[in-house]
Amino acid sequence: MFDFAVVTQWIDEGLRSSMPEFAALAIEFVLAGVVILTAYAVIALALIYVERKICAFFQCRIGPNRVGKYGIIQSIADMVKMLIKEIIPINHIDKFLFFLAPFIVVLASLLSFGAIPFAKGLHAIDFNVGILYMLAVSSLGVLGILLAGWSSNNKFSMIGAMRSGAQMISYELSIGMSLLTMVVFAGTMQLSTIVEKQADTWFIFSGHIPAFIAFVIYLIAGHAETNRGPFDLPEAESELTAGYHTEYSGIQFGFFYLAEYLNMFIVSAIATTVFLGGWMPFHIPGWEGFNEVMDYIPSILWFFGKIGVVVFLGLWVRWTFPRLRIDQLLRLEWKYLLPLNMINLLIMVLIVLFGWHF
Amino acid sequence: MGSLKNYITGFGTGLWSLLIGMKVTIINLFRPKVTQQYPENRDTLVMFDRFRGELVMPHNANNEHKCTGCGICQTNCPNGTIIIKTKTETTEEGKSKKALDTYIYDLGKCTFCNLCVITCPSKAIEFSTKFENSVFTREKLVRTLNQEGSTLEKK
Repeated sequence: MFDFAVVTQWIDEGLRSSMPEFAALAIEFVLAGVVILTAYAVIALALIYVERKICAFFQCRIGPNRVGKYGIIQSIADMVKMLIKEIIPINHIDKFLFFLAPFIVVLASLLSFGAIPFAKGLHAIDFNVGILYMLAVSSLGVLGILLAGWSSNNKFSMIGAMRSGAQMISYELSIGMSLLTMVVFAGTMQLSTIVEKQADTWFIFSGHIPAFIAFVIYLIAGHAETNRGPFDLPEAESELTAGYHTEYSGIQFGFFYLAEYLNMFIVSAIATTVFLGGWMPFHIPGWEGFNEVMDYIPSILWFFGKIGVVVFLGLWVRWTFPRLRIDQLLRLEWKYLLPLNMINLLIMVLIVLFGWHF
Repeated sequence: MGSLKNYITGFGTGLWSLLIGMKVTIINLFRPKVTQQYPENRDTLVMFDRFRGELVMPHNANNEHKCTGCGICQTNCPNGTIIIKTKTETTEEGKSKKALDTYIYDLGKCTFCNLCVITCPSKAIEFSTKFENSVFTREKLVRTLNQEGSTLEKK
């Protein structure tokens, strides 16, 4: 299997041999930043296209098909439109917070985006507390949403932001506990080690029923975290026009839009890494020939393929269920998901203690 | 104990109903798409049988229609879309008989309620599915439905 570390090490050695260390490091930081930012924008545009197309198929429509073959460059056209749109000045807002909010939202998703192991050797930051870092950084986004709602001086925005806050605080718990279940099983929080440990079988297969339950709970909670699907109360276009980003226009709205789709990608990426083996190919212990064939598929394809499956699950749910009321939303979390999660964690601990797993 | 049982059964049935919902949408995902890309598929476009595009009076090969000129459609029309002008004809036996002279239909006033077609005793008129009705002046919307020189179809 191709190891991206070969490329990165080659660049690293080339730079270090021709200049002092601090200059090499500075250039590497800039390079990594540019690559991550580009990937961020490209993935978000691709996701917007995929979402619009699949949503159309769910409703027996065709979807965008005018700009380019099958409408492939539709989202690029949308991006250009958004970039050249006027930013409408709004009276009686808290100017500083209003302009700060979209950057916080984008920053939060960008920070967690950088820590995802994309492929073998393609991993920008690898902490030994990777999952903790992911949880901490991805929940920063709600700060931006709250600021946006508060500074807009608009009742709709405020209600949307408050709902978002309540939702995030509740579902953060579920995300944390379901990932904790898998951390107990894996015995580590480092994302690269978690992926390495799934070389033989993915955790969703080797972790028995608790891993599967944790996977489902993670998907539900992650979906709520991204403010999408049946949990899109903070936006709720039929009741709050657009919720927290009602007053935003032009590129500022574009930031919120981008961050929403990237959060979807990040949630899927964490689900892939922790439950579905990250970039690890599908292996069945004992089937040597089969495993070797699987190894020929590049790791980056495995990663994005699995992400595609998880994203599709999210879209499927989004276009199936009606929006929850705020009390139903909180009841689902505190009365159903949380007790289930606690029991699940307990079972997982017992399984690991007594060694009932393969 | 009863509340715990309710809790668990509620959880189970709720989950089951969610899965049923997801089954419905996944079936819809693979169904043929209903979108008509109109100006491009103009040649192959087939409208629904019951679509009401405009009122027409079908004539057979001998230039004969079924309208007797009774005026029931004109009476039933809610907003005066139809005006029927009749004439008196003398038959071979020497009787004088009322017959249709001109059947004037104003598309601009029509609400496509279908009452004229329902009430017509001799099924002389019907709605066609032709829907490209736009013209440049309002006068062009006023049409004469019976063709030049047409006569009543003999029973």
